[in-house]
Amino acid sequence: MVIKFFNNPEKMENLIRLLMQGVGVTSKIFFLTLIFSVPLGLAVALGRMSRRWYVNKPISFYIYIMRSTPLMLQLLFIYFLLPMVVPFKMDRFVAVIFSYVINYAAYFAEIFRGGIESIPSGQREAAHVLGMSRLQTFWRIIMPQAAKRSLLPCTNEVITLVKDTALASTVAVVDLMTMAKKQVTSSSSVEPYLVAIIFYLILNGIVEQVCKWVERKMNYYQ
Amino acid sequence: MLRAADIKKNFGDLKVLDGISLEISRGEVVALIGPSGSGKSTFLRCMNHLETVDSGEIWLEKDCMCRMTDGRVRYSSEAELRRINMRMGMVFQNFNLFPHMTVMQNLIEAPMRVKRESRAAAMERAKEMLASVGLADRGGQYPYQLSGGQAQRVAIARALCMQPEIMCFDEPTSALDPELTHEVLAVMRDLAEKNMTMVVVTHEMGFARDVADRVVFMSDGVIVEQGTPEQVFSSSNPRTMKFLQMD
Repeated sequence: MVIKFFNNPEKMENLIRLLMQGVGVTSKIFFLTLIFSVPLGLAVALGRMSRRWYVNKPISFYIYIMRSTPLMLQLLFIYFLLPMVVPFKMDRFVAVIFSYVINYAAYFAEIFRGGIESIPSGQREAAHVLGMSRLQTFWRIIMPQAAKRSLLPCTNEVITLVKDTALASTVAVVDLMTMAKKQVTSSSSVEPYLVAIIFYLILNGIVEQVCKWVERKMNYYQ
Repeated sequence: MLRAADIKKNFGDLKVLDGISLEISRGEVVALIGPSGSGKSTFLRCMNHLETVDSGEIWLEKDCMCRMTDGRVRYSSEAELRRINMRMGMVFQNFNLFPHMTVMQNLIEAPMRVKRESRAAAMERAKEMLASVGLADRGGQYPYQLSGGQAQRVAIARALCMQPEIMCFDEPTSALDPELTHEVLAVMRDLAEKNMTMVVVTHEMGFARDVADRVVFMSDGVIVEQGTPEQVFSSSNPRTMKFLQMD
């Protein structure tokens, strides 16, 4: 291996600065995906549990597609094909966010559904005999308990999301992965990859700590 | 006060309730006894709209839960049903306390959200009810920190906080050991003495004998016989005798 960066502070600093730009884009993808896919996932979960077939069947089908095809393929499909269908030009960054959101919403939906369905029916019944409405029962009784039960599987999903952001490089959005790749190509050294690995480790280290903190917050009851 | 007429319910091919009629007067304590699978719990759950009936009528005084029109059962509107539910309290075998809320939050949740009471008013009554079940100092604890007997007493207090006119109990002591059973029954005895209208599905024959004004014996989805505890416990009906001897 040819050492080109690690023995040259100036080059190293420049590399880190460039990769930090990538981290910025990666974080943007990460946060935007989370912000939209979690609420959407909850809505999808509710639709999936609907008793009306014309609601739950199409939603099951949507979840099936999202979970059964590669995210990379979904991303390419949306990036190349959707602009032919929709009347406006789709920015590549928007294409990335859009495909990540609809993909992750499907996964979150299944996690939330699992959490909601794992709440014993007695909880619903107790709320019902107290005269609580279905909406009150859901938000006050079911959801807080389901959220706690969904937390651990969600942590997994969020960690995966940090890594999945790297797929944005397929449509040339300049995230951490793309930036690292560019530097490797131009310098013919793999050092940028090593630095990128460290960045991903740091990012997911933070994610893990945040999830642990939320977990502790939710541990006020058993 | 509470009137059920010719209630029928099937689970698939199984006839769980096969024409049950029962009327409960204000202040009366009625014990529903019978073998497992006789339909007594299902009947109580129908009264609380936790199950829907296939046919029959249920009235709480002038409020209709369901009635027959053109040979089919019709339930009242959701709002009407909620109003009826609010007038009835229900205590479950498995307590069904809300685990993510403290005892106090469990007690004030429905009065505040359903009856739109102020927090102060709801808490005042909650404290009173907790004291009446002997748990005045437990308001800040979570359900997992309580024993089964304490949890069930909290569940009773929670139902009472809605100031129901009828209290229904679905095998309230079946999940408890004898010692804890005793403390829950003591609370229920107390309630009966305060003239609460009560419908109790129970396997506690001692409780039925001592506290109930009327004992209803059910088997295979029908009421076999009913009467005062003396009448039923000295019955000459072979089905009743068989059950009581087994117990």
